[in-house]
Amino acid sequence: MFIADVLGTVVAPVQSKWLDGRTLLVLRPLTPDGRPALKTRVAIDKIGAGVGDRVLCLDEGNGGRQVLQTGPKGPVKTVVVGFIDAVELGPRIVYDHRAANPPQPLPKK
Amino acid sequence: MYLARVIGRMVATQRYPGLEGVALQLIQPLDESGAPMGDALVAAATVSTGPGDLVHWVDGREAALACPETYVPVDAAILGFVEQADVLGRDLAAPGNAWEQPRSAATEPH
Repeated sequence: MFIADVLGTVVAPVQSKWLDGRTLLVLRPLTPDGRPALKTRVAIDKIGAGVGDRVLCLDEGNGGRQVLQTGPKGPVKTVVVGFIDAVELGPRIVYDHRAANPPQPLPKK
Repeated sequence: MYLARVIGRMVATQRYPGLEGVALQLIQPLDESGAPMGDALVAAATVSTGPGDLVHWVDGREAALACPETYVPVDAAILGFVEQADVLGRDLAAPGNAWEQPRSAATEPH
């Protein structure tokens, strides 16, 4: 599982029947202390997350199928499964959602 | 699951049994700003898409599950055609907002 910021939504009118009616979100995966990490992902929303939320995301097929109850043949992998309230790393609280700022676009390379 | 731009088609006449009739397309993964992310790859198209389309795709075992026959050697599959991808207030599906393959004589349709 990884921590991510929700950046936006995806609208796909033509897609696999397993995904019909599900909300897709664009995620920016993060290190525990909140720096961008890994690749930009698209995930299925299970909890009602929106832009600006910091979330917990599952990235494994069997867990995803179980959460979404698709049965053994659902082609789902990345699923948003929780809101993150706070992250404690060693002695420090590195994230507290009450004090958090919304995600900003990355600086141009 | 990731975002990508379809950049081309693949032709393969000899297929593993179960993959007959599955379209193979070249895709370039894109990041949150619409820029290319990593190398282009070949994906099985489980919905009808074509070069120039913005799509979302899945890798790993789930890719084969999206195909009509689910026990096939596929590790990347296009799951859907993206009509709108709103990222921090910017629509990546709008013209000019996400990377597109440069047009050349070689990529022009016949």
